[in-house]
Amino acid sequence: MHEMALCEGIIGIVEEEARKRSFAKVNVVCLEIGALSHVAPEAMKFCFEAVAAQTIARGARLEIVETPGRAWCMACSRSVEIKQRYEPCPCCGGYQLQVTGGEEMRVRELEVD
Amino acid sequence: MLDCGANPAGQEIAGMSSERIIQVERDILGKNDRLAADNRARFHADEVLAFNLVSSPGAGKTSLLVRAVSELKDSFPIGVIEGDQQTSNDAERIRATGVAAIQVNTGKGCHLDAAMVGQAYDRLPWLNGGILFIENVGNLVCPAAFDLGEACKIVVFSTTEGEDKPLKYPDMFAAASLMLINKIDLAPVLDFDLARTVEYARRVNPGIEVMTVSARTGEGFSAFYAWIRKRWAKAKRAEMAMQG
Ligand SMILES: Nc1nc2c(ncn2[C@@H]2O[C@H](COP(=O)(O)OP(=O)(O)OP(=O)(O)O)[C@@H](O)[C@H]2O)c(=O)[nH]1
Ligand SMILES: [Mg+2]
Ligand SMILES: [Zn+2]
Repeated sequence: MHEMALCEGIIGIVEEEARKRSFAKVNVVCLEIGALSHVAPEAMKFCFEAVAAQTIARGARLEIVETPGRAWCMACSRSVEIKQRYEPCPCCGGYQLQVTGGEEMRVRELEVD
Repeated sequence: MLDCGANPAGQEIAGMSSERIIQVERDILGKNDRLAADNRARFHADEVLAFNLVSSPGAGKTSLLVRAVSELKDSFPIGVIEGDQQTSNDAERIRATGVAAIQVNTGKGCHLDAAMVGQAYDRLPWLNGGILFIENVGNLVCPAAFDLGEACKIVVFSTTEGEDKPLKYPDMFAAASLMLINKIDLAPVLDFDLARTVEYARRVNPGIEVMTVSARTGEGFSAFYAWIRKRWAKAKRAEMAMQG
């Protein structure tokens, strides 16, 4: 369900870009999705197909680039990579982490005709 | 083929045919974020403190609000926005206390968005210097991503849900400033492990504040009200400092 709302957001962006930069067909939509953003790529692709059906993005392929989760460990005073929000710091095993990256949900590029 | 990492922003590359690549670099929820910023500015102008209450279905958001607004309404102007997929039952429960409530039905949508809240706020009486409670749709996933313009999110978690909810739905617990552990009256029957729940919540959000309450008995509410008054006073001070 979450993916549905996101796909509507994506289509909104594609339609605005189509007006601004005048293109009539979209072949590929490339997304940047952070590892901590809780988006399931498969569900996203499924929803995208449904939401895109009646729009300019009809038939477009969805490509998803996953960016890593990053956090600042207050105990270690350094930036570390995490795969999930509830993971401990890989260095000290503590949970004093402040997420600094991996929450992105962006449309990066479009391949258009 | 599209190489997603290669081109500097803003550059358009002509392909073999009329095919080209357009750099977009826009947040998928950018439109919601802009509307949320508008809401935030309006709340600020009206000196209204807005809370976004989120939880699983049935954790007790409405029960909690019915009690809270009844007991706070003599101290603050209060308005409530109720989000549900269907029915206006929750808004009616609030109105029965004499406090203004607007029901938003999201239909298939599983969360409130900033546009809905902006429209509902238009229909509330002026809350000058007061408090706006927004009860989101019962769902621990989607509402985490949709900023409504609130001062902060309050996650309501009930003792019947299982201690590991914060680990299963980390986004929501990470996004909230306060966790209200509701239905604490049932804790003895359920062998509820409070310490474990708090530990899990702090794993995903080291700074989250925690209070135990019972919307049924009223236990813990005075601490909740003290927390609200503290936030309200802090917002007031920030306001006065800005005005110089
Ligand atoms: N024992 C006990 N029951 C409670 C408490 N708070 C709420 N309930 C019960 O839990 C059920 C759901 O409460 P609601 O207040 O409707 O929960 P909600 O989170 O608003 O539910 P939705 O809006 O449907 O997501 C009702 O049967 C309440 O009577 C509590 O503190 N203790
Ligand atoms: Mg409710
Ligand atoms: Zn560490």
